[in-house]
Amino acid sequence: MSIEKITAPELLSLDKFNADEGEPHIVLDKNICAQCKEKACLVVCPAVLYKLDKSGKISFDYAGCLECGTCRVMCKNKGIIKWVYPRGTFGVIYRYG
Amino acid sequence: MSEADKYDAIVIGAGPAGAACAYTLGKAGKEVLVIERANTPGAKNVTGGRLYTYALEMIDEGLSENAVLERKVTHEQIMMLSGNRAISIDYFDPAFNNEGSPPQSYTILRARFDEWFAGKAEEMGAMVVCGIKVDDLIEKDGKIVGVIAGEDEMYADVVVAADGVNSFMAQKAGLIEDIPAHSVGIGVKEVIELSSKIIEDRFNLKENEGAARMILGCTEGIHGGGFLYTNKDSISLGAVFMPEEIAKHGKSVHEIFQELKMHPAIYPLLEGGQTVEYGAHLVSEDGYRGIPHKLYREGLLVVGDAAGFVINTGSSIRGIDLAMLSGLAAAKAIIAATDTSKVGPAYLKELENVKLLPTMKSVEGYKDVLDIPRLYTNYPNLAGDVFAQLFMVDGQVPPSMKKAIKSLIKKNGLSMLQLLKDGLKGVKAV
Repeated sequence: MSIEKITAPELLSLDKFNADEGEPHIVLDKNICAQCKEKACLVVCPAVLYKLDKSGKISFDYAGCLECGTCRVMCKNKGIIKWVYPRGTFGVIYRYG
Repeated sequence: MSEADKYDAIVIGAGPAGAACAYTLGKAGKEVLVIERANTPGAKNVTGGRLYTYALEMIDEGLSENAVLERKVTHEQIMMLSGNRAISIDYFDPAFNNEGSPPQSYTILRARFDEWFAGKAEEMGAMVVCGIKVDDLIEKDGKIVGVIAGEDEMYADVVVAADGVNSFMAQKAGLIEDIPAHSVGIGVKEVIELSSKIIEDRFNLKENEGAARMILGCTEGIHGGGFLYTNKDSISLGAVFMPEEIAKHGKSVHEIFQELKMHPAIYPLLEGGQTVEYGAHLVSEDGYRGIPHKLYREGLLVVGDAAGFVINTGSSIRGIDLAMLSGLAAAKAIIAATDTSKVGPAYLKELENVKLLPTMKSVEGYKDVLDIPRLYTNYPNLAGDVFAQLFMVDGQVPPSMKKAIKSLIKKNGLSMLQLLKDGLKGVKAV
């Protein structure tokens, strides 16, 4: 993509992924997330995978995860109940890194 | 696999720490298995990046000669942004690249380099298996004796956790707690393809020469900074932010970084290029103080990012070289030790011998300087204002510089006392 402000989904479309359809490597308990006031995940995830839907609830898609771990270390109320690396061969595949 | 049929060492992760360890063990004739979760080594790894070559040379003389690297860094640059303004320093020092000895450092892309380096470890006899994630450690009689990956169990005298900054293995072994948010920065990066000719023209480089640039004042006041590295035919542009401050600030990492890319002093360097990849990675920011109190237990050593071996002095950022040194130290300890109980203490000693721990200790104080919040807004803005004063000619009677600076200090929310205090802190810390 040429040099301009690129949205997060467009940036992620440049990356290579082998998405693990069968097993999400990050799982949220949205009831805990609903209670969380900070919701740091909305701004710290570099892939902007955490969003608020119309009703104000967290929506999340693990498919474009860059596996950095920032959401995990920033999740204060532990709404992220599972965070592991994707199974072997799955997830992001950096071609440059 | 049965326990009787075990390896001398299992290394978790085929990054620079793991590969350095496996290379050295393989060369010494040890049976070593490297387990990497990516399909190819490097495919999960992101750096700024630059590699200081001395580390490769310590592992094996001449090793850096054929390494898959980008450009030798000939231009060390510091850039300070304030609004649309920019102050740039370009330090050119031929002594860093004397003929007859390896250049001091190279820019680097990790997917390429890590694959090459793991291949070198294989050439030395290490076995590297990819696409397998280690899920857990096997503990027996208080010792780590192997790893579990899916339904497989594999055994070794020593397991080396080279699994990166999020080291789940060191956590599982009880050596570290989960990473505290204040101890890491979140780094993001775009790789932007551009012809080598254009890169050389724009950065005033000869063929194979490269620039490494640190950028201050591009984080909206958040503790962090930008970076730019020229690769052969691409530019790595990125930024690092302290995530806790991002959360307080409320603007996303992605958005602040996109604005840096469009800055009027950055954009012309990239113009005409094509973004080909977007990456993100955590980086330890605590330096020496962030190193876990225990770097081993019987049967397990922690190396590289997993052990927090990163130095950030503001002007130079080092991680890959330290990772390699720690991998080398771990291998030496494993080779020398006569039984597993001696490996850990030997590893600590080797970390001293390869100068890793003394180096990190020596620059420990830089963290105090980088923790000065004024470094990220007030000072870049003050510098911008002072330079504007120096260069502006508008036909008006200029104020005396002394008076102007005094008022600019005040305008930027600073005082002479504050400047003195921060200056003293700086001197004391470094």
